[in-house]
Amino acid sequence: MSNSPTTPGIAAARLHPEDYARHFDDLYPNYDAHEAMVAADRCYFCHDAPCITACPTEIDIPLFIRQIQAGQPEAAAKTIFDQNILGGMCARVCPTETLCEGACVREAAEGKPVEIGRLQRYATETMLARNAHPYTRATATGKRVAVVGAGPAGLACAHRLAMHGHDVTLYDAHEKPGGLNEYGIAAYKAAHDFAAAEVAWLLQIGGITMKSGWRLGADGTLADLQASHDAVFLGIGLAGVNALGLAQEDAPGARDAVDFIAELRQTEDLSTLPIGRHVVVIGGGMTAVDAAVQSRLLGAEHVTMVYRRGREDMGASDYELNHAANEGVKIITNAMPVAVHANGALREMEFAYTHAGETGLEPTGETFRLKADQVFKAIGQTLEGAPDALARAGRKLAVDPDGRTSLPGVWAGGDCTGGGEDLTVTAVAQGRNAAESIHATLMGAGA
Amino acid sequence: MANLTTNFVGIKSPNPYWLASAPPTDKEYNVVRAYKAGWGGVVWKTLGSEGPPVVNVNGPRYGAVWGADRRLLGLNNIELITDRPLEVNLREIKKVKRDWPDRAMVVSLMVPCDEESWKAILKHVEDTEADGVELNFGCPHGMSERGMGAAVGQVPEYIEMVTRWVKQHSRMPCIVKLTPNIADIRKPAEAAKRGGADAVSLINTINSITSVNLDTFSPEPMIDGKGAHGGYCGPAVKPIALNMVAEIARNAETRDLPISGIGGVTTWRDAAEFLALGAGNVQVCTVAMTYGFGIIKELTAGLSTYMDQKGFTSVDQLVGRAVPNVTDWQYLNLNYVTKAKINQDLCISCGRCYAACEDTSHQAISMSPDRKFEVIDAECVACNLWVNVCPVQDCITMEELPKGAVDPRTGAVVDDYANWTTHPNNPMAKAAE
Repeated sequence: MSNSPTTPGIAAARLHPEDYARHFDDLYPNYDAHEAMVAADRCYFCHDAPCITACPTEIDIPLFIRQIQAGQPEAAAKTIFDQNILGGMCARVCPTETLCEGACVREAAEGKPVEIGRLQRYATETMLARNAHPYTRATATGKRVAVVGAGPAGLACAHRLAMHGHDVTLYDAHEKPGGLNEYGIAAYKAAHDFAAAEVAWLLQIGGITMKSGWRLGADGTLADLQASHDAVFLGIGLAGVNALGLAQEDAPGARDAVDFIAELRQTEDLSTLPIGRHVVVIGGGMTAVDAAVQSRLLGAEHVTMVYRRGREDMGASDYELNHAANEGVKIITNAMPVAVHANGALREMEFAYTHAGETGLEPTGETFRLKADQVFKAIGQTLEGAPDALARAGRKLAVDPDGRTSLPGVWAGGDCTGGGEDLTVTAVAQGRNAAESIHATLMGAGA
Repeated sequence: MANLTTNFVGIKSPNPYWLASAPPTDKEYNVVRAYKAGWGGVVWKTLGSEGPPVVNVNGPRYGAVWGADRRLLGLNNIELITDRPLEVNLREIKKVKRDWPDRAMVVSLMVPCDEESWKAILKHVEDTEADGVELNFGCPHGMSERGMGAAVGQVPEYIEMVTRWVKQHSRMPCIVKLTPNIADIRKPAEAAKRGGADAVSLINTINSITSVNLDTFSPEPMIDGKGAHGGYCGPAVKPIALNMVAEIARNAETRDLPISGIGGVTTWRDAAEFLALGAGNVQVCTVAMTYGFGIIKELTAGLSTYMDQKGFTSVDQLVGRAVPNVTDWQYLNLNYVTKAKINQDLCISCGRCYAACEDTSHQAISMSPDRKFEVIDAECVACNLWVNVCPVQDCITMEELPKGAVDPRTGAVVDDYANWTTHPNNPMAKAAE
């Protein structure tokens, strides 16, 4: 170890080599069989269970938990995958406290829900660990579908289409498939290269041809895809990032949090990844938390998350915020960035306290400065690179409940559409549903 | 502190908890540890006749049924009577009784079904100065194949005959241990009484197979691919045991016959229930085998606390208190009308009551779109199923309709006590007075 958390500026190797493995390992290890049995026993098998309603993919949660109880975790996994082919990743990244576990009657009763997320992980892991793929393709239909974006929406769509016997070409601008699962979430949520393993497992269905390094617009247009395919699904996510709108916001040391996370995720030896002694993260969503926590885990001495509104408005769940606080991240709310102070390199960030005024968020007049060797901007992502021909709903692509865009033969889902809360699980639901809609349309037309 | 001392057929013990005849009472070492821990008495593990002792299997002797967190709910065994030499057991019994004179020492016996065999063993036991004998007519496996144990216990005439021999050749108190593997438990109890038994003890273990290995298709516990039925005990058997104890306690022929209650006593409450149903003391095994002898502290302190709360100063005041309330179905009050009531403040909206009632009972509950569950009094037959499936204690209660109220289900006015014997639908009904 050449450096320490107190080494000034931006430096790599702030920790002992063995600390990196420990810090970025699974946040929670998987249940063992007995733990799963005990946790499963807490499920009441509710009638018309509220947890199912709360799940965007509508997994039959009481059924899969009962299957764990009955000693068949792989059958439980099948129940999960039937609804959510990325059930393994969702078990790791879903904000369960606001979804299934938030709806669990035991949450209402005793503030301690059935640990649905961890049970889902246990079930899915048993099947993934064996690398057993439980689905087979239907007879080939001869229909060709282009799926753009190999993130959660695209993967779910591609798998369902392939299952129905269609030939899918899955395009993605990145080198690896997986989208945000591979590039955009904290490493400790998907340790041991889980995102890549899950995609490899998913592709075992067959009938999906992967085209990496292919960017919509640069490498082909929507019209090209339409010409060569019977249908197109766009799961292109939000490739753009919002800017602070401040002078010097691109000073050395300032960058977008999504880039930092992506770089971290693709860094083999994390001791080579430089991190500031003083890190400031601007934003209040999951991306901000993932950037802040991982900064601490890389050895930053001081990490502060600053959000312009109150805690109740933060996109990150309480669970995530508590985790960040436990990892030593300081969270400041009701403060907006007003100036970047740099002298060549970044030195300080200046913030103004805010309050809700008549014209919206207004500065109170009081300001403060935070030392900052590094600033990660996590104030939201925007639609970028989407074909102009597609109608918008607000700042996203307009789709109907089945995922149809304004152009016939073109469907869309995931974060690029406005349907959800930019959650992995929502993207999976939208991709899956669009696939069913595409299937119905193609087979109806061909019959 | 209530006085827990008991005098059961002349055998005194500082509390009503005896360790049942089983591995925990197999030898001096265990029994002394039990006495030190505070157990009131033991029934020494069953002795057989002189000669080479029996042998046990050398593979698993126990099978089990568990709850989710491996809580032992039921245990099954295929162990036989003592496999130690008779003279060793007798020597140890004598020594332990001499060293622990205030504790009950009863010796369980099982010898071939002939008078000479019983006469011989009784002589040996008397020499130990033990307090009494328990005749093992219950063991359901192994020994029964040799004409002993349950093979005797299932034939009331044999029970009577052997009991008579024992009383004839011994002055010791004689407790006859009954097998539950029989259609009517009153018959062997009556036979024991006719033979002169001082008491009966029950239940012995229940014929059982705890599970089947679905790979090897062998029953558990498995010995080299095969399994034999064993004797089931532990918390799971308590309801069966309670009923059998009550049947004997309220039977005109046997109501004055002392009972040593056995079967799934796990906490003080179980013991109190056995006592209330007419047992003069209880015998315990599985809970000790699960947690060790230390649990006697909870058993005694719990019973004592309960008795203090109820104002009982001696165990006798509790014994049999529930017996008058055990009756036959035909005497139950058909004019006792209750309705389920859901406490909406406690309800967590799991909907299990709804599923249970809608699918398997009387469709007497409504569910609103916002998951509010309400009783439909006009349909509710008061079956109590919801109370049992509701995960929240006291959320659903059964409320009695007062006399004079109209039952919205039947339209009938709640009237005075009336039972099936006088009901108009009963072809055998006697004319009402």
